[in-house]
Amino acid sequence: MVLSPADKTNVKSTWDKIGGHAGEYGGEALERTFASFPTTKTYFPHFDLSPGSAQVKAHGKKVADALTNAVAHMDDLPGAMSALSDLHAYKLRVDPVNFKLLSHCLLVTLACHHPAEFTPAVHASLDKFFSAVSTVLTSKYR
Amino acid sequence: MVHLSAEEKAAVSSLQGKVKVDVVGGEALGRLLVVYPWTQRFFDSFGDLSSPDAIMSNRKVKAHGKKVVNSLINGLKNLDNLKGAFAKLSELHCDKLHVDPENFKLLGNVLVCVLARHFGKEFTPQVQAVFQKVLAGVANALAHKYH
Repeated sequence: MVLSPADKTNVKSTWDKIGGHAGEYGGEALERTFASFPTTKTYFPHFDLSPGSAQVKAHGKKVADALTNAVAHMDDLPGAMSALSDLHAYKLRVDPVNFKLLSHCLLVTLACHHPAEFTPAVHASLDKFFSAVSTVLTSKYR
Repeated sequence: MVHLSAEEKAAVSSLQGKVKVDVVGGEALGRLLVVYPWTQRFFDSFGDLSSPDAIMSNRKVKAHGKKVVNSLINGLKNLDNLKGAFAKLSELHCDKLHVDPENFKLLGNVLVCVLARHFGKEFTPQVQAVFQKVLAGVANALAHKYH
């Protein structure tokens, strides 16, 4: 599965529209993931996961910043995300199924906040992009 | 069987009352075919599915989407016995339609995205969680009679 030029344009333009809200959306996507898929909470026993948690917001911003970096380097995701790929493979070891759950909640968050921009074509491109990022993050697992 | 608290049931009813079934059903099925193009394998007889615009404006897609969501809403009246409520449809999807149950999950998640788009902030994490629970229950019920 390859990101076409149209996919890259769609993803970049979505990220431009998000502007400074990326961090906030990252936090919201995490909150949605924990609420809808409670098994994901097992990776955060050390966090306060109650609604409005400062730790979740901070972590959401971290995730969003990493995605913003990925958007800027869509032509070389493996290169740009190499350190995060190592981290997830050797230290965090988050089961691959969970990347789909967070990706879905990122889509839901974007759909909530940007209903007009979230066209079917943009939806498809974003889903592909998150899938590509997830693949890179799990690429060194074994 | 899906266990919903009184609050959760209220959340579902409230949104359900405001959902425009025709619009949401068609949009959800259309988006499924756009975002996961391999799902088009079940719809050879639907005509032009050559582009996102063609898919989203396709009459048969809209009609079928509406059918699917109406069926879902009927199912919501039977949360205590989803397997029973969807038994016949489960047999149909296995024996006649030959649909991999994985597709029920894909459609469920696309439907959640469509609801999010329509309801915005009202589609809170808590409301989303209830719908995910219900849709997972429906997907399981539809897969239950597979053999």
